[in-house]
Amino acid sequence: MTGTTGDNMIEAVGLTKSYGARTAVYNLTFRVQPGKVTGFLGPNGAGKSTTMRMILGLDHPTGGSVTIGGYPYRQLPNAPRQVGALLDANAKHGGRSARAHLLCLAQLSGIPARRVDEVLGVVGLSEVARRRSKAFSLGMGQRLGIAAALLGDPQVLLFDEPVNGLDPEGILWVRNLMRRLAAEGRTVFVSSHLMSEMAQTADHLIVIGRGQLMADLPVRDFIAANSTDFARVRTPDGDEAAREALVKALGDAGGQVHPEADGALKVVGLPLPRISDLAHEADTRLWELSPHQASLEEAYMRMTQGAVDFRSTADQRAGLVQQAPAPGYAPGHTPGYAPGYAPPQQPYVPPQPPVQAQPPVQPQAPVPAQRAAGATMALGVPALPPTPPASPPPVAAPADIPEQPAPSRPEDAR
Amino acid sequence: MTAPTPLPAQQAAPAHPAPGYASPIPVVRTHIGHAIASEWTKIRTVRSTVWTLLSMFVVTLGIGTLYALSLSGEDYVGMPLLAGGFFGLMLGQLGIITLGVLVISSEYGTGMMRTTLTACPRRGRVLTAKAIVFFLLAFLMTLAAAVPTALVQLAVLSDQEVPSYAVDDAVMEDSIVDGEVVASTDQVLGATLGAALYVALLGLLALAVGALLRHSAGAITVMLGVVLLPLLTALFLFGESVADLRDALIEYSPLNGLASLYGIPMMGDELDSGWPLLGLLALVTGGTLAAAFARLNAGDA
Repeated sequence: MTGTTGDNMIEAVGLTKSYGARTAVYNLTFRVQPGKVTGFLGPNGAGKSTTMRMILGLDHPTGGSVTIGGYPYRQLPNAPRQVGALLDANAKHGGRSARAHLLCLAQLSGIPARRVDEVLGVVGLSEVARRRSKAFSLGMGQRLGIAAALLGDPQVLLFDEPVNGLDPEGILWVRNLMRRLAAEGRTVFVSSHLMSEMAQTADHLIVIGRGQLMADLPVRDFIAANSTDFARVRTPDGDEAAREALVKALGDAGGQVHPEADGALKVVGLPLPRISDLAHEADTRLWELSPHQASLEEAYMRMTQGAVDFRSTADQRAGLVQQAPAPGYAPGHTPGYAPGYAPPQQPYVPPQPPVQAQPPVQPQAPVPAQRAAGATMALGVPALPPTPPASPPPVAAPADIPEQPAPSRPEDAR
Repeated sequence: MTAPTPLPAQQAAPAHPAPGYASPIPVVRTHIGHAIASEWTKIRTVRSTVWTLLSMFVVTLGIGTLYALSLSGEDYVGMPLLAGGFFGLMLGQLGIITLGVLVISSEYGTGMMRTTLTACPRRGRVLTAKAIVFFLLAFLMTLAAAVPTALVQLAVLSDQEVPSYAVDDAVMEDSIVDGEVVASTDQVLGATLGAALYVALLGLLALAVGALLRHSAGAITVMLGVVLLPLLTALFLFGESVADLRDALIEYSPLNGLASLYGIPMMGDELDSGWPLLGLLALVTGGTLAAAFARLNAGDA
């Protein structure tokens, strides 16, 4: 019956889900159109997965409804041929081989067994098809989950955090796959908590926070509204006088100049040729003059700031602090950490005066407020990943993003 | 990007000019047969199936054989000829119970259940297929263990000396023909077909409990309690005032049901109680399965 219901739009109307006193999703109304990739964004715990489960008829809405092509999922005439979903890369029996896992799903959906080998090839798992999926890495698990979603060659595809655990090659592959699926006229609905990923993949964005709709707009509108151009300017190292002169000249010309941690200058409000002219007039050589766009991640964080459920606090190590820290490990000092582990970079208050490894040259205005907000949460949720997760690796960025320690779960690492 | 996807059919159904995608793979209307094929694939592709069934087989046949060998050439003590199979199957049935729980609880534990129910939103069909596939497998495998066990008893124990007093004993009337110990048709049916049905039903009850609790360890513990506790409790009820309770616990203990099918009921006189107790177990199992269906259909998966 492929295509008989006309469009394959996902439509939620007043969708609400409560678990006891806790409301996971409240009054969501949105449409997911065929022919494009729709990104579903929100911090962890915002209700993305709950919404996906309700779309798939796994959880019952407390209020409202959600339909695909006009039908609630459980009344779809041929659900597995119309809708494919990746909910959780671990949602499989680890003792079963990849091929057996897909075969039982194919049989259940009335799909010929040779289709299993096809999708194994599509996701690049042919080589390990007969290995037990328990031994798979998270990335391989994601590929197996994507294979299961593609099995029925469906018109509607839902992917919950499909790039978690994938390597850069895999991320690029998923991105191209989504775009190709959408270009074929299918409805593609992808959740993520990474704005940067969605900006490159999605055509349309639905942003939720604390279970409520925060934005529903085309990606290009979001980018246009939230990206301000700025220039990065670098003067020769060690030539303080030239730097001072340039800062003054730029300031006089109406530009806003923000010194950055590495000695460069961030200039807002002046076009690049004008900066060049001003430098020339100030008799200053430039080592760098480059155009930049503000990160969408920052705009997204601003949007969802009030809706973050899990905020990390500084690890106070209260009562555990030794008076003389061992030489190899000095809590509160940042240098020397591998990028995979970012220690809390702020409020730790040791008995002795704090020593900052890198003086925060350019603290952004809202930082103190964020710190205060972050510090108010109790220490009860250390196991939960901080949200929104910082996107750039925290190697050289302590001054840029003082609020977010690096995500500790492997799925957040990219 | 990787291999070419087999989906170049870009044209939507002609009646719908709206953008849409039509798969070239023919759509089949699915039915219970598809679900049964799927469940058969699932059950045969995990190792726990092999281990639980193998341990059931080895324990049942092994203990049954040891029992027979230990009595070979001794005086006949009044046990029906095939009764030795009970002692092995009493332990072997735990493998079937474990498999019954795992068939469904492992799907909940891993999250596979959501994948399954996405592929088949008709939840009742999934549970029905699971129950059918598991029940048939458990029945056939138990039968495959019970029959050779019975044959071993026949081969090894037929040479028992029948003491003269036993010949006229009413209880042993069926077992002794012309001064030789034999197995009556009833005893053969009970020790093979009956025992296999009983254990498979107990496994099905375990599957239903697994579907209700959705937790492997919890469901296995509950089933162990159901099988063992009535008899263990009865052991500690001595007083006259609780005699009725004690007798009821022993009579309706699942172990007594199985023992009765082998002709060795624990209440002594109720020689024909095996099949009625089997019917009772079927009723209980049916009721529990109905509850499992209700929970599956009504709640969140």
